[in-house]
Amino acid sequence: MYYKETMRQMNDIGVGSLIIVALISLFIGAVTAVQFAYQLDGTLVPVYYIGYIVRDSTIIELAPTITCLVLAGKVGSNMAAELGGMRQKEHIDAMEIMGVNTAAYLIMPRLVAALIVIPMLVAIAAFVSIIGGYIATVPAGYMSSEEYVQGVRSFFEANNVFMMFVKSVTFAFLLTSVSCFQGYYVQGGSIELGKASTNAVVFSDILILIADYIIAILLT
Amino acid sequence: MIRTEELYKSFGETEVLKGISTEFYQGKTNLIIGRSGAGKTVLLKCLVGLIRPTQGKIFYSDTAFSQLDKKQIKAIRMEVGMLFQGSALFDSMTVEENVRFPLDMFTNMTRKEKLNRVNETLERVELTGVNDRYPSETSGGMQKRVGIARAIVMQPKYLFCDEPNSGLDPKTAILIDELILDITKDQNITTVINTHDMNSVMEIGDNIILLHHGHVAWRGTNAEVLESDNEILQNFIFASPFLQKLRKNALENL
Ligand SMILES: Nc1ncnc2c1ncn2[C@@H]1O[C@H](COP(=O)(O)OP(=O)(O)OP(=O)(O)O)[C@@H](O)[C@H]1O
Ligand SMILES: [Mg+2]
Repeated sequence: MYYKETMRQMNDIGVGSLIIVALISLFIGAVTAVQFAYQLDGTLVPVYYIGYIVRDSTIIELAPTITCLVLAGKVGSNMAAELGGMRQKEHIDAMEIMGVNTAAYLIMPRLVAALIVIPMLVAIAAFVSIIGGYIATVPAGYMSSEEYVQGVRSFFEANNVFMMFVKSVTFAFLLTSVSCFQGYYVQGGSIELGKASTNAVVFSDILILIADYIIAILLT
Repeated sequence: MIRTEELYKSFGETEVLKGISTEFYQGKTNLIIGRSGAGKTVLLKCLVGLIRPTQGKIFYSDTAFSQLDKKQIKAIRMEVGMLFQGSALFDSMTVEENVRFPLDMFTNMTRKEKLNRVNETLERVELTGVNDRYPSETSGGMQKRVGIARAIVMQPKYLFCDEPNSGLDPKTAILIDELILDITKDQNITTVINTHDMNSVMEIGDNIILLHHGHVAWRGTNAEVLESDNEILQNFIFASPFLQKLRKNALENL
């Protein structure tokens, strides 16, 4: 039972969010690259630094944070609405009657799926961002392909990748648990359901940003 | 048999149940009636343990429900079936999967045994050939039947139905009532039904409990309804001038 539901959730969260995450990451990488190129213009900093900066800023900050903020809006609100709907339509009561531990049955698969899939999405986001940086700078003539690649390969610290995964696991946990909580305990009618869905996004976003700051302090 | 003793329930300031002491008999269709908002659903959910009463006791046969631990509650739940006010079928599952759900949760039956039991139960509620449909692809009356099938698939000793015939046409409503009555007599189970349908009251009311402002305002059988001079009961059952006239005529002809 749990296995099937977890797979369904992984599919919903992962495959369902792939396109939006990739699209956003592509542009974030591109914008980061172009803006750093603009800031570095006329300075003595070598141009290949752009590749280096795009890589690190996306890995450390942009990929995990932006991806999870977007997922809070997409996946979080969806979870809250789905569970809230089940609560209001007495599905959760019906499951209780049939001997199901509903908190575990409904929340565990979502949590497990999110903890597995979201870090994968974040890794993809970071990769796509770096490609975005390439697309925005190399064909436009800011630098040569070799220089961008050299930048991407310079000053690499494995610790930053570790930080990216710490962030994505933490954010995944926060957005899933907050959203499930909002949905599971919803009362009343469709107005409350709308509120729960909004609260899921707002609270997840705030907690993600606070956690981001704390992790940044702890791991740098 | 189920018995309640001085059951109280309030949500914050609003007191919904104010001391309900009553009995629900085995082999009978026990009806809880009352106006919308009278607390029928709350009482039913207290009986099955979905809502914790603020005060008071519930006994299943002679075991006090409130003193059970999780494992014992699960054991009792195996003997409980419930039909919810809105059927509460799971949208992401087919009719067959919905009815099979309790079997998946409670039993170690093989796939084949489960399928047989599901098909038998669906036949019992006169629903065949819809196993692979989703709830959204069936009518309201069919959904009620699926809900009943899911409630009785474990062959429970206690059956709870929250407004089994609300939202149905009179003919279908009567069929559903008869189905519940048959199941109750066949299996000799304790059935508790919430309703504000006067047809149900007259046709299947073995033991009727009228809730009014959180109290039991009247208790009796369908045979006693007509002659009772309880004002709350008469205002509730014979609500329209037309029905009042009918009652008067019926009493004169007795
Ligand atoms: N979770 C809750 N929180 C606060 N109040 C509640 C809650 N559940 C029920 N109530 C209140 O309890 C009262 C009784 O509700 P209940 O649903 O039991 O009515 P009912 O008799 O089943 O009505 P209907 O025939 O319309 O289904 C209502 O006034 C309702 O507002
Ligand atoms: Mg009700």
